[in-house]
Amino acid sequence: MAGAQTPGAAIGRLMRLSITGDASAAAIGYRRMEHGFDAVFGAALNPWRHLGAIGFLFFWVVALTGLYLYAVLDTSVEGAYRSINWLTREQWYLGGVLRSLHRYAADAFVVVTLLHLLREFLLGRYTGFRRFSWLTGVPLLWFIYVSGVVGIWLRWDQLAQFSAAATAEWLDALPVFATPLVRNFLSASAVSDRLFSLFVFVHIGVPLLLIFGLWFHIQRISRAEVFPPRALAIGSLLALLALAVASPVVSLAAADLARVPGSLALDWFYLFWQPLMYATSGAAVWALVAGATLFLFVLPDLPHAAAAPVAKVDPDNCNGCRRCFADCPYAAIVMMPHPNGIPGRQLAEVNPKLCASCGICAGSCPSSTPFRSVAELVTGIDMPQQPIGQLRDTLELGLARLTGENKIAMFGCGEGVDVSKLAGSDVASFSLICTGMLPPSFIEYALRGGAAGVLVTGCRAGGCTFRLGNRWTEERLSGAREPHLRGDLLGNSVRIAWADREDGASLAAALADFRQALALKRALGTGPILASTGMSAHV
Amino acid sequence: MSKPISWIGQALLYGLFALVIGYFSSSPPYRHLPSGDALIKLSFSHEGSLVYQCRQRTPEELAKLAPNMRAPLDCPRERSPVTVEIELDGALDYRHVAQPSGLSKDGASTVYHRFAVPAGEHRLAIRLKDDVHSADFNYHREKAVSLKPGQVLVIDFNQEAGGITLQ
Repeated sequence: MAGAQTPGAAIGRLMRLSITGDASAAAIGYRRMEHGFDAVFGAALNPWRHLGAIGFLFFWVVALTGLYLYAVLDTSVEGAYRSINWLTREQWYLGGVLRSLHRYAADAFVVVTLLHLLREFLLGRYTGFRRFSWLTGVPLLWFIYVSGVVGIWLRWDQLAQFSAAATAEWLDALPVFATPLVRNFLSASAVSDRLFSLFVFVHIGVPLLLIFGLWFHIQRISRAEVFPPRALAIGSLLALLALAVASPVVSLAAADLARVPGSLALDWFYLFWQPLMYATSGAAVWALVAGATLFLFVLPDLPHAAAAPVAKVDPDNCNGCRRCFADCPYAAIVMMPHPNGIPGRQLAEVNPKLCASCGICAGSCPSSTPFRSVAELVTGIDMPQQPIGQLRDTLELGLARLTGENKIAMFGCGEGVDVSKLAGSDVASFSLICTGMLPPSFIEYALRGGAAGVLVTGCRAGGCTFRLGNRWTEERLSGAREPHLRGDLLGNSVRIAWADREDGASLAAALADFRQALALKRALGTGPILASTGMSAHV
Repeated sequence: MSKPISWIGQALLYGLFALVIGYFSSSPPYRHLPSGDALIKLSFSHEGSLVYQCRQRTPEELAKLAPNMRAPLDCPRERSPVTVEIELDGALDYRHVAQPSGLSKDGASTVYHRFAVPAGEHRLAIRLKDDVHSADFNYHREKAVSLKPGQVLVIDFNQEAGGITLQ
């Protein structure tokens, strides 16, 4: 029956529409907000682009301050409250500040982790090659919450009393315990020193699992950013330190199981679900968290747009130089012995499950030079949907149709501004999958082919969809990375103007500025044009 | 954006971040129980009496069993469910039948129930039945209690301490 649709296919289509539709609208709003922060921090130091790394930073602050707290913590019913309180009151200048830092860093950790998750969700970064990172990130949320909630119990004040009993009631909502766990918190006599040893074990053991999980989480990312840029790290730490000094964390009154705690200074970041449980039920909160966890787990496997073709290696043109292996942002390339049998000769091999189809490998390949004297340019590793040979042909055709004295070749990427809209009689535009796909030799080829200048654009600094595209491009064009732009051309008529897809107007202004500079250069008949576009990063 | 303005903007945003962290790490305050209320918690883990008495197996029954399983007495492990009722100021407030745990229903019956009551004088009557063969409740406890605001009264069951306890 033509046109008939099974119920399963209809549901899948509905889910696809709802997810991608909502995410797209939300993504636009999110990107606008992120761009607002660029104006203050600069694109490269925008904290929204380093949430994962900032999370790492906060985790290490929690871990290091926790070492000191553990040294003074008396893990007994009577001693826990007394020792933590002593630290806060009597040693406020060191222990008190460290305790506050421990707590605030833990709160900040959960906040940036949730924002990190939200950002990746809104930008649709959870399918295909990102599936592994997404799935390994989901259990980390549980680890963070378990260690954080149990950490609150170690102070054994009224908040700890409330939270421990509430958690026990929540766990008892599952019909798995022969004796209700909450009986451990019925009266003072029910709480034992051994229970505190268990708390400490969980509070230290689960973060160790968290470290292991974090290691897994970044396994398939090359050069994972596990520490934020220095300025961002300093700013974040100073903010937490100022908070710790201005508003030290203090314990409430000591736990008294014969009384219900009165007004509680609740840590809403970790304990929000406990008031929610009393407003609804334990089963409702279980349904909520289990549903959320399940949703996060199945999200990558819901129907999504088909993945783009992955990079393809041509053994005859791969000399085993390992540059693609070094530059791949997702560790999708491994080096294997070359089938030609020459000792020591290697061949790149692409793992299709890990390949992001970004083309950065093609940009790194020394065989991707358009100067090669072959009718059909075939490179060592290439993208089937946009081969390097086709780019050379398109470049030649594009340059040939330009008129005017200051011809400009403009290379952009599919994730940034649509450069085709800026093409004109004197501008030929070429959109790549990622700017990192551009072999630097193509810039020289364009200049020798009649272009007076070359403008390279792509996602804003630090915001490359494929993580390392604009970083590798900058390094290649500045000569810091192979393959590099040849020295005699560096600074001569080449500019980089990073711009996200919403930055069309800014890029148009950068292009106009570039055009003017080229005209001036021509008029003066001199001088390299120093790349200064007024945008985020330049050569 | 000029550098000084950028720095000021960054300082403000870092400050806002710290403010959000600092505020929600302890605010707004949460009150679990209205200030004039007390809390009564009923909780016990108690094994009801056995449903069946042991009986002597007949020679025919023994012959059907494997040689290593020929115990002369057959003692079913199933226990009685435990029924509990709480009467507050003369009105039935809570009734629950707790089934024994375990696949063979041979474990303890457990109950946890909490309810808030206005602070002040109350008359509590607790009844518990742990024998399926008994027509009436076999444990009773009645007591007039004076509960202060915020006080927690725990109703438990401890056979060694005489049955139903209030603490």
